[in-house]
Amino acid sequence: MAGFDKVVTSYTEAMAGLEDNMTIVAGGFGLCGIPENLIKEIKRKGTRGLTIASNNAGVDGKGLGLLLEDKQIRKMIASYVGENALFEAQMMSGELEVELTPQGTLAEKMRAGGAGIPAFYTATGYGTPVGEGKEVREFNGRHYILEEAIQGDFSIGKAWKADRHGNLMFRKTARNFNPMAITAGKISVVEVEEIVEVGELDPDEIHLPGIYVNRLIKGTFEKAIEQRTVRNA
Amino acid sequence: MALTREQLAQRVSQEFKDGYYVNLGIGIPTLAANYIPDDMEVLLQSENGLLGMGPFPLEEEVDADLINAGKQTVTMKTGASIFSSAESFAMIRGGHVDLTVLGAFEVDCQGNIASYMIPGKLIKGMGGAMDLVAGADNIIVTMTHASKSGQSKLLKECTLPLTGKGCIKRVLTDLALMDIEDGKFILRERAPGVSVEEILSLTEGELVVPDHVPEMQV
Repeated sequence: MAGFDKVVTSYTEAMAGLEDNMTIVAGGFGLCGIPENLIKEIKRKGTRGLTIASNNAGVDGKGLGLLLEDKQIRKMIASYVGENALFEAQMMSGELEVELTPQGTLAEKMRAGGAGIPAFYTATGYGTPVGEGKEVREFNGRHYILEEAIQGDFSIGKAWKADRHGNLMFRKTARNFNPMAITAGKISVVEVEEIVEVGELDPDEIHLPGIYVNRLIKGTFEKAIEQRTVRNA
Repeated sequence: MALTREQLAQRVSQEFKDGYYVNLGIGIPTLAANYIPDDMEVLLQSENGLLGMGPFPLEEEVDADLINAGKQTVTMKTGASIFSSAESFAMIRGGHVDLTVLGAFEVDCQGNIASYMIPGKLIKGMGGAMDLVAGADNIIVTMTHASKSGQSKLLKECTLPLTGKGCIKRVLTDLALMDIEDGKFILRERAPGVSVEEILSLTEGELVVPDHVPEMQV
Protein backbone atom coordinates (compact mmCIF):
# COMPACT_ATOMS: atom_id res chain seq x y z
CA MET A 1 0.00 0.00 0.00
CA ALA A 2 1.50 3.29 -1.00
CA GLY A 3 0.29 6.85 -0.70
CA PHE A 4 -3.47 6.99 -0.97
CA ASP A 5 -3.81 3.56 -2.54
CA LYS A 6 -6.32 1.77 -0.27
CA VAL A 7 -6.53 -1.50 -2.20
CA VAL A 8 -5.91 -4.77 -0.39
CA THR A 9 -6.02 -8.07 -2.20
CA SER A 10 -7.16 -10.57 0.40
CA TYR A 11 -10.08 -10.67 2.82
CA THR A 12 -7.69 -11.74 5.57
CA GLU A 13 -5.82 -8.48 5.09
CA ALA A 14 -9.09 -6.56 4.83
CA MET A 15 -10.25 -7.62 8.31
CA ALA A 16 -6.80 -7.85 9.95
CA GLY A 17 -6.81 -6.48 13.48
CA LEU A 18 -10.40 -7.37 14.29
CA GLU A 19 -10.44 -8.81 17.79
CA ASP A 20 -12.93 -10.31 20.21
CA ASN A 21 -15.35 -7.87 21.91
CA MET A 22 -14.88 -5.12 19.34
CA THR A 23 -17.68 -2.96 17.91
CA ILE A 24 -18.47 -3.03 14.20
CA VAL A 25 -20.68 -0.55 12.33
CA ALA A 26 -22.11 -2.18 9.21
CA GLY A 27 -23.87 -0.86 6.11
CA GLY A 28 -26.80 -2.49 4.30
CA PHE A 29 -30.58 -2.63 4.45
CA GLY A 30 -31.97 -6.13 4.72
CA LEU A 31 -29.68 -8.07 2.38
CA CYS A 32 -29.37 -5.10 -0.01
CA GLY A 33 -25.93 -3.50 -0.15
CA ILE A 34 -24.43 -5.64 2.61
CA PRO A 35 -20.68 -6.32 2.76
CA GLU A 36 -21.35 -10.02 2.33
CA ASN A 37 -17.78 -11.19 1.86
CA LEU A 38 -16.46 -9.15 4.79
CA ILE A 39 -19.13 -10.79 6.97
CA LYS A 40 -18.03 -14.22 5.70
CA GLU A 41 -14.45 -13.33 6.62
CA ILE A 42 -15.55 -12.43 10.18
CA LYS A 43 -17.27 -15.82 10.35
CA ARG A 44 -14.10 -17.55 9.10
CA LYS A 45 -11.97 -15.69 11.66
CA GLY A 46 -14.32 -16.75 14.43
CA THR A 47 -14.14 -13.40 16.25
CA ARG A 48 -16.52 -13.43 19.21
CA GLY A 49 -18.28 -11.12 21.63
CA LEU A 50 -18.97 -8.59 18.88
CA THR A 51 -21.25 -5.59 19.17
CA ILE A 52 -22.71 -4.82 15.77
CA ALA A 53 -24.64 -1.73 14.72
CA SER A 54 -26.59 -2.45 11.54
CA ASN A 55 -30.16 -1.69 10.49
CA ASN A 56 -30.96 -5.41 10.28
CA ALA A 57 -29.38 -8.68 11.34
CA GLY A 58 -29.53 -10.55 8.03
CA VAL A 59 -31.67 -13.65 7.62
CA ASP A 60 -30.97 -17.26 8.58
CA GLY A 61 -27.78 -18.28 6.76
CA LYS A 62 -27.22 -14.93 5.00
CA GLY A 63 -25.58 -11.64 5.87
CA LEU A 64 -25.12 -11.04 9.60
CA GLY A 65 -27.30 -14.12 10.15
CA LEU A 66 -24.09 -16.10 9.43
CA LEU A 67 -22.46 -14.70 12.57
CA LEU A 68 -25.34 -15.90 14.74
CA GLU A 69 -24.67 -19.54 13.83
CA ASP A 70 -21.53 -19.64 15.98
CA LYS A 71 -22.85 -17.05 18.45
CA GLN A 72 -20.24 -14.48 17.49
CA ILE A 73 -22.51 -11.50 18.21
CA ARG A 74 -22.99 -10.41 21.82
CA LYS A 75 -25.02 -7.30 21.16
CA MET A 76 -26.98 -6.05 18.18
CA ILE A 77 -28.00 -2.41 17.66
CA ALA A 78 -30.68 -2.49 14.96
CA SER A 79 -34.06 -1.05 13.98
CA TYR A 80 -35.68 -4.21 12.64
CA VAL A 81 -34.77 -7.79 13.40
CA GLY A 82 -37.70 -9.83 12.05
CA GLU A 83 -37.20 -12.54 9.45
CA ASN A 84 -34.52 -14.36 11.43
CA ALA A 85 -35.48 -17.37 13.56
CA LEU A 86 -32.00 -17.90 15.01
CA PHE A 87 -31.85 -14.26 16.06
CA GLU A 88 -35.18 -14.51 17.83
CA ALA A 89 -34.14 -17.70 19.64
CA GLN A 90 -30.85 -16.18 20.89
CA MET A 91 -32.61 -12.96 21.91
CA MET A 92 -35.33 -14.81 23.83
CA SER A 93 -32.75 -16.99 25.63
CA GLY A 94 -30.77 -13.90 26.63
CA GLU A 95 -27.60 -14.95 24.78
CA LEU A 96 -27.93 -11.99 22.47
CA GLU A 97 -28.51 -8.46 23.71
CA VAL A 98 -30.58 -6.23 21.44
CA GLU A 99 -30.84 -2.45 21.47
CA LEU A 100 -33.77 -1.59 19.21
CA THR A 101 -33.07 1.81 17.71
CA PRO A 102 -35.35 3.77 15.37
CA GLN A 103 -34.09 3.62 11.81
CA GLY A 104 -33.57 7.35 11.34
CA THR A 105 -31.95 7.68 14.75
CA LEU A 106 -29.61 4.80 13.89
CA ALA A 107 -28.59 6.44 10.61
CA GLU A 108 -27.99 9.75 12.37
CA LYS A 109 -26.03 8.07 15.20
CA MET A 110 -23.69 6.62 12.58
CA ARG A 111 -23.47 9.93 10.72
CA ALA A 112 -22.72 11.74 13.97
CA GLY A 113 -20.14 9.11 14.90
CA GLY A 114 -18.22 9.78 11.72
CA ALA A 115 -18.71 13.53 11.84
CA GLY A 116 -17.36 14.23 15.32
CA ILE A 117 -20.73 15.00 16.88
CA PRO A 118 -21.04 13.18 20.22
CA ALA A 119 -24.83 13.40 20.53
CA PHE A 120 -27.92 15.07 19.08
CA TYR A 121 -31.52 15.81 20.02
CA THR A 122 -34.37 14.17 18.15
CA ALA A 123 -38.13 14.00 18.70
CA THR A 124 -38.08 10.38 17.54
CA GLY A 125 -38.79 8.05 20.45
CA TYR A 126 -39.87 10.70 22.97
CA GLY A 127 -42.48 9.22 25.31
CA THR A 128 -41.72 5.66 24.13
CA PRO A 129 -39.50 2.88 25.53
CA VAL A 130 -36.68 4.25 23.33
CA GLY A 131 -36.69 7.51 25.27
CA GLU A 132 -36.58 5.93 28.73
CA GLY A 133 -33.62 7.13 30.80
CA LYS A 134 -32.50 9.61 28.16
CA GLU A 135 -32.15 13.34 28.68
CA VAL A 136 -35.21 15.30 27.50
CA ARG A 137 -35.11 18.90 26.38
CA GLU A 138 -37.76 21.22 25.07
CA PHE A 139 -37.18 23.37 22.01
CA ASN A 140 -39.98 25.63 20.75
CA GLY A 141 -42.57 23.75 22.77
CA ARG A 142 -41.63 20.27 21.55
CA HIS A 143 -39.88 17.50 23.43
CA TYR A 144 -36.66 15.93 22.18
CA ILE A 145 -34.43 13.19 23.54
CA LEU A 146 -30.64 13.14 23.52
CA GLU A 147 -29.22 10.31 21.43
CA GLU A 148 -25.50 9.50 21.43
CA ALA A 149 -23.35 8.86 18.38
CA ILE A 150 -22.10 5.40 17.43
CA GLN A 151 -18.48 4.72 16.61
CA GLY A 152 -16.94 1.39 15.77
CA ASP A 153 -13.50 -0.16 16.10
CA PHE A 154 -14.25 -1.24 12.55
CA SER A 155 -16.81 -0.24 9.97
CA ILE A 156 -17.69 -2.49 7.06
CA GLY A 157 -19.51 -1.35 3.94
CA LYS A 158 -20.31 -2.20 0.36
CA ALA A 159 -20.17 0.17 -2.60
CA TRP A 160 -20.57 -0.34 -6.31
CA LYS A 161 -17.49 1.27 -7.78
CA ALA A 162 -14.35 2.82 -6.36
CA ASP A 163 -11.07 4.26 -7.53
CA ARG A 164 -7.88 3.11 -5.84
CA HIS A 165 -8.04 6.08 -3.43
CA GLY A 166 -11.30 4.71 -2.06
CA ASN A 167 -13.55 7.35 -3.59
CA LEU A 168 -16.90 5.57 -3.71
CA MET A 169 -20.01 5.37 -5.83
CA PHE A 170 -23.04 3.39 -4.72
CA ARG A 171 -25.72 1.85 -6.89
CA LYS A 172 -29.48 2.41 -6.40
CA THR A 173 -30.90 1.51 -2.98
CA ALA A 174 -27.76 -0.48 -2.11
CA ARG A 175 -26.50 2.91 -0.85
CA ASN A 176 -28.78 2.98 2.24
CA PHE A 177 -26.72 2.99 5.49
CA ASN A 178 -23.37 2.48 3.77
CA PRO A 179 -22.17 6.10 3.48
CA MET A 180 -22.70 6.79 7.20
CA ALA A 181 -21.62 3.37 8.46
CA ILE A 182 -18.33 3.61 6.59
CA THR A 183 -17.47 6.96 8.20
CA ALA A 184 -18.13 5.68 11.73
CA GLY A 185 -15.31 3.14 12.10
CA LYS A 186 -11.75 3.72 13.33
CA ILE A 187 -10.75 1.29 10.60
CA SER A 188 -13.17 1.34 7.69
CA VAL A 189 -13.21 -1.50 5.22
CA VAL A 190 -15.18 -1.33 1.99
CA GLU A 191 -15.78 -3.98 -0.62
CA VAL A 192 -16.82 -3.07 -4.14
CA GLU A 193 -17.75 -4.64 -7.45
CA GLU A 194 -15.22 -2.71 -9.47
CA ILE A 195 -12.01 -0.77 -8.78
CA VAL A 196 -10.85 1.72 -11.38
CA GLU A 197 -7.70 3.84 -11.67
CA VAL A 198 -7.57 7.24 -10.00
CA GLY A 199 -8.95 9.87 -12.39
CA GLU A 200 -11.51 7.63 -13.99
CA LEU A 201 -14.35 8.73 -11.68
CA ASP A 202 -15.88 12.16 -12.17
CA PRO A 203 -15.22 14.06 -8.90
CA ASP A 204 -18.75 15.47 -9.08
CA GLU A 205 -20.23 11.99 -9.06
CA ILE A 206 -18.42 10.58 -6.05
CA HIS A 207 -20.89 9.76 -3.27
CA LEU A 208 -18.34 9.29 -0.48
CA PRO A 209 -14.75 10.61 -0.58
CA GLY A 210 -11.88 8.19 -0.03
CA ILE A 211 -10.74 10.03 3.10
CA TYR A 212 -13.24 7.89 5.03
CA VAL A 213 -11.90 4.61 3.62
CA ASN A 214 -8.90 2.73 5.03
CA ARG A 215 -9.07 -0.55 3.14
CA LEU A 216 -10.68 -1.35 -0.17
CA ILE A 217 -11.20 -4.76 -1.74
CA LYS A 218 -12.85 -6.01 -4.89
CA GLY A 219 -15.30 -8.85 -4.37
CA THR A 220 -17.88 -10.93 -6.18
CA PHE A 221 -21.37 -10.78 -4.76
CA GLU A 222 -24.31 -13.12 -4.48
CA LYS A 223 -26.77 -10.22 -3.93
CA ALA A 224 -29.56 -12.34 -2.47
CA ILE A 225 -33.10 -10.95 -2.73
CA GLU A 226 -35.36 -11.21 0.33
CA GLN A 227 -38.72 -10.50 -1.30
CA ARG A 228 -38.66 -11.10 -5.00
CA THR A 229 -41.83 -9.37 -6.24
CA VAL A 230 -42.70 -9.01 -9.93
CA ARG A 231 -45.64 -7.80 -11.96
CA ASN A 232 -46.97 -9.45 -15.10
CA ALA A 233 -46.36 -7.81 -18.46
CA MET B 1 -70.03 -3.92 5.78
CA ALA B 2 -66.49 -3.48 7.01
CA LEU B 3 -64.14 -2.22 4.32
CA THR B 4 -61.96 -4.72 2.47
CA ARG B 5 -58.21 -4.16 2.25
CA GLU B 6 -58.72 -2.77 -1.25
CA GLN B 7 -61.44 -0.37 -0.08
CA LEU B 8 -59.22 0.84 2.76
CA ALA B 9 -56.45 1.47 0.25
CA GLN B 10 -58.92 3.27 -2.00
CA ARG B 11 -60.09 5.53 0.85
CA VAL B 12 -56.47 6.29 1.78
CA SER B 13 -55.81 7.34 -1.80
CA GLN B 14 -58.53 10.01 -1.51
CA GLU B 15 -56.16 11.85 0.83
CA PHE B 16 -53.54 12.19 -1.91
CA LYS B 17 -53.15 15.58 -3.56
CA ASP B 18 -51.38 16.55 -6.76
CA GLY B 19 -47.70 17.22 -6.03
CA TYR B 20 -47.61 15.28 -2.75
CA TYR B 21 -44.54 13.39 -1.55
CA VAL B 22 -45.97 10.36 0.27
CA ASN B 23 -44.50 7.64 2.46
CA LEU B 24 -46.58 4.47 2.53
CA GLY B 25 -45.99 1.85 5.21
CA ILE B 26 -45.93 -1.88 4.61
CA GLY B 27 -49.27 -3.63 3.99
CA ILE B 28 -52.53 -1.77 3.28
CA PRO B 29 -50.80 1.64 2.93
CA THR B 30 -48.64 0.24 0.11
CA LEU B 31 -51.79 -0.93 -1.70
CA ALA B 32 -52.97 2.69 -1.86
CA ALA B 33 -50.35 3.30 -4.57
CA ASN B 34 -52.61 1.32 -6.92
CA TYR B 35 -55.33 3.99 -6.58
CA ILE B 36 -53.41 7.15 -7.42
CA PRO B 37 -55.69 8.95 -9.93
CA ASP B 38 -54.28 9.19 -13.47
CA ASP B 39 -54.53 12.98 -13.52
CA MET B 40 -52.50 13.36 -10.34
CA GLU B 41 -48.75 13.32 -9.73
CA VAL B 42 -47.68 11.73 -6.45
CA LEU B 43 -44.10 10.70 -5.63
CA LEU B 44 -43.65 7.81 -3.22
CA GLN B 45 -40.82 7.94 -0.70
CA SER B 46 -39.29 4.68 0.47
CA GLU B 47 -37.26 5.23 3.64
CA ASN B 48 -34.40 2.97 2.58
CA GLY B 49 -33.41 5.79 0.22
CA LEU B 50 -35.68 6.23 -2.78
CA LEU B 51 -38.01 9.01 -3.85
CA GLY B 52 -40.11 8.20 -6.89
CA MET B 53 -40.79 4.53 -6.33
CA GLY B 54 -42.47 2.75 -9.23
CA PRO B 55 -44.41 -0.54 -9.47
CA PHE B 56 -42.94 -4.02 -8.99
CA PRO B 57 -40.55 -4.91 -11.81
CA LEU B 58 -41.20 -7.20 -14.75
CA GLU B 59 -39.34 -10.49 -14.36
CA GLU B 60 -36.49 -9.26 -16.59
CA GLU B 61 -36.23 -5.93 -14.71
CA VAL B 62 -35.59 -7.44 -11.26
CA ASP B 63 -32.56 -5.76 -9.65
CA ALA B 64 -31.22 -6.88 -6.24
CA ASP B 65 -29.91 -3.32 -5.72
CA LEU B 66 -33.38 -1.79 -6.02
CA ILE B 67 -35.79 -2.59 -3.19
CA ASN B 68 -38.37 -0.82 -1.04
CA ALA B 69 -38.53 -0.56 2.75
CA GLY B 70 -40.35 -3.92 2.84
CA LYS B 71 -37.33 -5.45 1.03
CA GLN B 72 -39.46 -6.09 -2.05
CA THR B 73 -37.96 -5.58 -5.49
CA VAL B 74 -39.34 -2.40 -7.08
CA THR B 75 -38.70 0.01 -9.95
CA MET B 76 -38.04 3.73 -10.18
CA LYS B 77 -40.32 6.25 -11.86
CA THR B 78 -38.87 8.80 -14.25
CA GLY B 79 -37.56 11.64 -12.08
CA ALA B 80 -36.68 9.38 -9.17
CA SER B 81 -33.76 10.08 -6.86
CA ILE B 82 -31.60 7.91 -4.61
CA PHE B 83 -30.03 8.92 -1.31
CA SER B 84 -28.62 7.54 1.92
CA SER B 85 -30.62 6.52 4.99
CA ALA B 86 -29.47 9.65 6.85
CA GLU B 87 -30.72 11.86 4.02
CA SER B 88 -33.94 9.87 3.88
CA PHE B 89 -34.70 10.48 7.53
CA ALA B 90 -33.64 14.10 7.26
CA MET B 91 -36.55 14.43 4.80
CA ILE B 92 -38.87 12.61 7.17
CA ARG B 93 -37.82 14.29 10.42
CA GLY B 94 -37.51 17.64 8.72
CA GLY B 95 -41.19 17.55 7.79
CA HIS B 96 -40.63 17.50 4.02
CA VAL B 97 -42.88 14.50 3.37
CA ASP B 98 -46.48 15.67 2.80
CA LEU B 99 -48.33 12.55 3.89
CA THR B 100 -47.41 9.43 5.84
CA VAL B 101 -49.65 6.37 5.99
CA LEU B 102 -48.88 3.53 8.34
CA GLY B 103 -50.47 0.67 10.26
CA ALA B 104 -50.87 0.18 14.02
CA PHE B 105 -51.92 -2.31 16.71
CA GLU B 106 -53.55 0.37 18.87
CA VAL B 107 -54.31 4.10 18.82
CA ASP B 108 -55.73 6.08 21.72
CA CYS B 109 -57.71 9.29 21.99
CA GLN B 110 -54.61 11.19 23.16
CA GLY B 111 -53.10 10.57 19.72
CA ASN B 112 -50.69 7.92 20.99
CA ILE B 113 -49.82 5.02 18.70
CA ALA B 114 -48.51 1.51 19.44
CA SER B 115 -47.35 -0.42 16.40
CA TYR B 116 -44.01 -2.10 16.89
CA MET B 117 -43.98 -4.55 19.75
CA ILE B 118 -46.12 -7.04 21.65
CA PRO B 119 -44.00 -7.89 24.71
CA GLY B 120 -43.24 -11.58 24.96
CA LYS B 121 -44.80 -12.28 21.58
CA LEU B 122 -43.58 -10.14 18.74
CA ILE B 123 -40.31 -8.24 18.95
CA LYS B 124 -39.26 -7.32 15.45
CA GLY B 125 -38.45 -3.67 15.94
CA MET B 126 -39.81 -0.29 14.93
CA GLY B 127 -37.91 0.14 11.68
CA GLY B 128 -38.66 3.68 10.53
CA ALA B 129 -42.08 4.00 12.19
CA MET B 130 -40.93 6.03 15.22
CA ASP B 131 -39.15 8.55 12.99
CA LEU B 132 -42.15 8.76 10.67
CA VAL B 133 -44.69 9.46 13.41
CA ALA B 134 -42.36 11.94 15.14
CA GLY B 135 -41.46 13.78 11.96
CA ALA B 136 -44.64 13.95 9.92
CA ASP B 137 -47.48 16.37 10.54
CA ASN B 138 -49.98 14.74 8.22
CA ILE B 139 -50.30 11.09 9.23
CA ILE B 140 -53.07 8.60 8.56
CA VAL B 141 -53.11 5.40 10.55
CA THR B 142 -54.86 2.46 8.88
CA MET B 143 -55.93 -0.47 11.01
CA THR B 144 -58.80 -2.76 11.86
CA HIS B 145 -61.22 -1.17 14.33
CA ALA B 146 -61.34 -4.17 16.65
CA SER B 147 -59.61 -7.52 17.12
CA LYS B 148 -61.18 -10.70 15.75
CA SER B 149 -62.67 -11.32 19.20
CA GLY B 150 -64.30 -7.87 19.12
CA GLN B 151 -61.92 -5.95 21.38
CA SER B 152 -61.53 -2.30 20.50
CA LYS B 153 -58.16 -1.09 19.22
CA LEU B 154 -59.23 2.55 19.57
CA LEU B 155 -58.56 2.99 23.22
CA LYS B 156 -58.66 5.44 26.11
CA GLU B 157 -55.01 4.62 26.60
CA CYS B 158 -52.72 2.33 24.61
CA THR B 159 -51.70 -0.83 26.47
CA LEU B 160 -48.70 -1.77 24.28
CA PRO B 161 -45.31 0.03 24.16
CA LEU B 162 -45.73 3.30 22.27
CA THR B 163 -44.29 4.09 18.85
CA GLY B 164 -45.12 7.77 19.29
CA LYS B 165 -46.78 10.07 21.78
CA GLY B 166 -49.56 12.49 20.89
CA CYS B 167 -48.75 12.47 17.19
CA ILE B 168 -51.78 10.89 15.51
CA LYS B 169 -54.63 13.08 14.30
CA ARG B 170 -56.42 10.85 11.79
CA VAL B 171 -57.31 7.14 11.85
CA LEU B 172 -58.93 5.09 9.12
CA THR B 173 -60.30 1.71 10.14
CA ASP B 174 -62.37 -0.88 8.32
CA LEU B 175 -65.42 0.73 9.96
CA ALA B 176 -64.76 4.45 10.21
CA LEU B 177 -62.67 7.52 9.51
CA MET B 178 -61.95 9.51 12.66
CA ASP B 179 -60.01 12.57 13.67
CA ILE B 180 -58.44 12.97 17.10
CA GLU B 181 -58.98 16.35 18.78
CA ASP B 182 -58.66 17.39 22.43
CA GLY B 183 -58.47 13.84 23.76
CA LYS B 184 -61.47 12.58 21.80
CA PHE B 185 -62.11 10.62 18.63
CA ILE B 186 -64.41 12.52 16.24
CA LEU B 187 -66.37 10.35 13.82
CA ARG B 188 -66.04 11.77 10.30
CA GLU B 189 -67.18 8.97 7.97
CA ARG B 190 -68.72 5.51 8.24
CA ALA B 191 -67.94 2.50 6.09
CA PRO B 192 -70.90 1.84 3.77
CA GLY B 193 -73.67 0.05 5.65
CA VAL B 194 -72.00 0.36 9.06
CA SER B 195 -74.09 2.06 11.75
CA VAL B 196 -72.93 4.69 14.20
CA GLU B 197 -74.07 2.37 17.01
CA GLU B 198 -71.76 -0.41 15.82
CA ILE B 199 -68.81 1.99 15.67
CA LEU B 200 -69.63 3.33 19.14
CA SER B 201 -69.80 -0.18 20.57
CA LEU B 202 -66.35 -1.03 19.22
CA THR B 203 -64.63 2.22 20.25
CA GLU B 204 -63.29 2.25 23.81
CA GLY B 205 -62.01 5.83 23.77
CA GLU B 206 -64.51 8.68 23.85
CA LEU B 207 -66.11 9.05 20.41
CA VAL B 208 -67.88 12.27 19.43
CA VAL B 209 -70.60 11.73 16.83
CA PRO B 210 -71.50 14.83 14.81
CA ASP B 211 -75.10 15.29 13.60
CA HIS B 212 -74.28 14.09 10.16
CA VAL B 213 -71.79 11.27 9.52
CA PRO B 214 -71.63 10.50 5.80
CA GLU B 215 -70.77 7.12 4.32
CA MET B 216 -67.36 6.75 2.71
CA GLN B 217 -67.22 6.94 -1.05
CA VAL B 218 -65.48 3.67 -1.93
